[in-house]
Amino acid sequence: MLRVTSEVLEQMVRHCLDGRPEEACGLLGGTADGDAVEVSVCYPGRNVAASATLYELDPKDHLLADRDAETRGLEIVGVFHSHTHTEAYPSPTDVARAPDPGWHYVLVSLRDTEPIVRSFRIVEETITEETLETLAMTGDL
Amino acid sequence: MPVTVKLPTVLRPHAGGERQVDAAGATVGEVMGDLIGRFPSLKDQLFETEASLRRFVNVYLNDDDIRYLGGLEAGVSDGDRLTILPAVAGG
Repeated sequence: MLRVTSEVLEQMVRHCLDGRPEEACGLLGGTADGDAVEVSVCYPGRNVAASATLYELDPKDHLLADRDAETRGLEIVGVFHSHTHTEAYPSPTDVARAPDPGWHYVLVSLRDTEPIVRSFRIVEETITEETLETLAMTGDL
Repeated sequence: MPVTVKLPTVLRPHAGGERQVDAAGATVGEVMGDLIGRFPSLKDQLFETEASLRRFVNVYLNDDDIRYLGGLEAGVSDGDRLTILPAVAGG
């Protein structure tokens, strides 16, 4: 299960909408408690592929996110990206390029009027959808 | 010269679960060699051939991608920090 704060959810969707017509991407910082992972920070990144069908996170954005997460005592626990014209489900390229079987892969589909956000695990090329739960914002965020 | 090497979560199982390890060498390549000497299974994760890193591995020396510093030949100094990150991409 992936738990995200409502603020993180809003930031992911906003970054994906702002990135149109290209795909947008970014990283998620959080903490793991067994199988449940809680995401508390969204790191919007640049898509250096600058494409409507591919994304490649700017490695420098990855470095900066990694450092910020470390400072906060968090880990990078996953990545989000948009599909501008297809469903919120990992593409064959997403599966082939999935960098870490421990990560959570959040897809934001902008195909329909309302963005659709879903989360997946990708382990040894097998896709498993997981529950994506949104937490209400708390005062200390 | 000892430098700190930070490993991404995906590589930690190949390095005894460590998030960060110290390694020695005068160049990035030597530091990587020292690291692989201690954790041999990292080699296939990092290197395509003896002399070249895998395409989907990014290595930063402090704030700079080593591709812009001379690659594995880039010199390192005491206290430098190498950060290894997987390329993050999809479609």
